[in-house]
Amino acid sequence: MSINRRDFLKLSGAGIAIGAFPGLAFASSEIVKKKGQRVVIVGGGFGGATAAKYIRTWSNNKIEVVLVERNAKFISCPMSNTVLGGTRTIDDLTQSYDTLKKKYGIKLIHGEVTAIDTEKQAVMLANGHLKYDRLIVAPGVDFMFDQIEGLTADVTNESIPHAWKAGAQTVMLRKQLESMPDGGVFALSIPKAPYRCPPGPYERACQVASYLKNSKPKSKVLILDANPDITSKKGLFMAAWKDLYPGMIEYRANAAVSKVDVAGKIAKTEFEDVKADVLNIIPPMKAGVVASMAGVVSADKRWCEVDFLSYESKVHKNVHVIGDAVAAALPKSGHMATSQAKVCAAAIIELMQGKVPDQAPTIVNTCYSMVSDREAMHVANVFRFNAEKQAMVSAEGGGVSAARSEIEGTLAGYWLKNIMDDVLM
Amino acid sequence: MIKHLVVAVGLLLPMVGAHAEVNKHARSLAASCAACHGTNGKSQGGMPVLAGLDKALFVTQMKDFKSGARPATVMHQHAKGYTDEEFELMGSYFASLKR
Repeated sequence: MSINRRDFLKLSGAGIAIGAFPGLAFASSEIVKKKGQRVVIVGGGFGGATAAKYIRTWSNNKIEVVLVERNAKFISCPMSNTVLGGTRTIDDLTQSYDTLKKKYGIKLIHGEVTAIDTEKQAVMLANGHLKYDRLIVAPGVDFMFDQIEGLTADVTNESIPHAWKAGAQTVMLRKQLESMPDGGVFALSIPKAPYRCPPGPYERACQVASYLKNSKPKSKVLILDANPDITSKKGLFMAAWKDLYPGMIEYRANAAVSKVDVAGKIAKTEFEDVKADVLNIIPPMKAGVVASMAGVVSADKRWCEVDFLSYESKVHKNVHVIGDAVAAALPKSGHMATSQAKVCAAAIIELMQGKVPDQAPTIVNTCYSMVSDREAMHVANVFRFNAEKQAMVSAEGGGVSAARSEIEGTLAGYWLKNIMDDVLM
Repeated sequence: MIKHLVVAVGLLLPMVGAHAEVNKHARSLAASCAACHGTNGKSQGGMPVLAGLDKALFVTQMKDFKSGARPATVMHQHAKGYTDEEFELMGSYFASLKR
């Protein structure tokens, strides 16, 4: 706010202390001076980036949008299991944020949020703060490492990747598969629902099996599922495992991993110790930490409850939450995040003009799963707002593919092309 | 406040749209299609371009997906989730866009 204070804070190295005292928000410098009406969006994934683009477009560029994202580039989590199978590289899933900046005039700040002051309506970063009229929190998920003894963020970065956020860990997991001996065991641990991308772990089993079938056919894929049953597209996955990878994939229900021996690559469940050559633990998840900073985590200490007409938090006014972090009977998927982002964007534009948002939001979700190098299947649903329940409910007619097919495998590729374009171009 | 307005505004929406440049409810419905059909229905490949599509053609095809008269991989499921009125709204919106 004032140069003197900023200099003082710089000199005293108070950047870290501010995180602990959000009340000091205005004591640091304003990173981008707020002039007109402004929305700050924290998180540039499918949800956050879409909200940024659509707020600019639908407000005819009247509302200023500042997007805060920690990563230099966007990497799609959807389809990232195919990097493990070998039909795509991580570069195929990576795209720059440049168009959002140049074409839409979105102010992109690459940095880490350290605190959020919802009273003073400011987001703190290490080098200053951003004021907002409305804030969109789109943090995706973070992992509950404390639920699995021995597992830490460092362990996942160094030797036992979760690869549940596409990027370096996806590449590391692929390399581990490449160095695995023929006849080795790939063990995959699935957390209890809800987690990001319900069919994703089962698709991953297919993609790993697809690679192993061609390169290391004596190997095995062992699925340790904390859930009592396959949580998505069950019949289709079971058919794919049986038809495409006979004898290769073993599935165990109610097999929550509670402890990991990192050096020995051993996953421990209530019933057994599983020794693996490549161990892939997907930890339980909660709303990304930025949601906690904003104080909007309200359901089960994990997720954020919202008003589904605007995605405004039930805890704090002028704070909206979209994507995986939301507590809802909606799948935590990329397409769903973009659908929520558009409802949120339209509502924010109305609310900022003192108008009432659309009272009948109706959105769709289409999720493809690649079960081999060519074949896919989908789940598709329309969800509409139910005023009585104040919830989004599944409309009639949704469902899964009749069978996996190469046509759907081709369409899945075009889905990726179109959604990446919708989010970033 | 919003809760109390649900019924009243729900009924008024089509009128609001008629006065505005775009029907925002229709635009919102159509926006959810973009994951497969591209921003504003401008598909980047694979799925059909919806921008500039003749409204009657759009509505007929959606009804045919819904009834099963036109087979599909995905669209029969999505079509069943919408009302005929929503087909009309989306059809008008896509027809109003440039290809």
